[in-house]
Amino acid sequence: MKDRKPKNVFVEGAISPEFIATSIAKHQSKTSIGAHDIFLGQVRADMVDNKTIKAIEYTAYEEMANNKFHEIREATFGKYELSCMHIYHSLGTVNAGEICLFVFVSSPRRKVVFEALEYVVEEIKANVPVFGREIFEDESHQWKVNT
Amino acid sequence: MSTNIKYFGLLAEITSCREESLGNSPSTVNELLELLFEKYPDLKEKDFRVAIDQQLVTEDTQITGGEIALLPPFSGG
Repeated sequence: MKDRKPKNVFVEGAISPEFIATSIAKHQSKTSIGAHDIFLGQVRADMVDNKTIKAIEYTAYEEMANNKFHEIREATFGKYELSCMHIYHSLGTVNAGEICLFVFVSSPRRKVVFEALEYVVEEIKANVPVFGREIFEDESHQWKVNT
Repeated sequence: MSTNIKYFGLLAEITSCREESLGNSPSTVNELLELLFEKYPDLKEKDFRVAIDQQLVTEDTQITGGEIALLPPFSGG
């Protein structure tokens, strides 16, 4: 388990519900797992100064981001007794209502997955160089700020 | 020696490019920032961090080559 190489976490555009369903189905053969936990980040149609966000366009410093995702994976496996973990993040345009981040952790027992999932998501938000350009319906934009 | 810099997010809007090569070679991050603030005064007001070879560095860090990147606040997820 120690020699995991950085994987490519990024997918072009939104993450489809079908992709998520397939990912869940793939774990049915791993019968030592007793608990999964899933985080889905969805693009919110926030209203700012009477204009509504219709999409977020994501860019990233991809090499650094993939290495950071890898560091987060390693740290999480070090801290928590997980069977497996999958992270996918969108690049390019994701419309309001669509999924832009999919984090999936699995373990024999439930308590571990609750804690590990929150840890992974918070680490991603704080430490991975991804940048969101929020596009309004009139095509003007502002840069997303994580709170 | 020239210095290659990558810009991301709103910083790339200010510089109007995602990557460029500076003719001179500043020896510290601080010197680099002075050059960039002269070239792009709007950068001064922006919150960003500098990475060299994908590691975040401080202003007193020596520049001895490597890939330099200017990174605005991260907003993934």
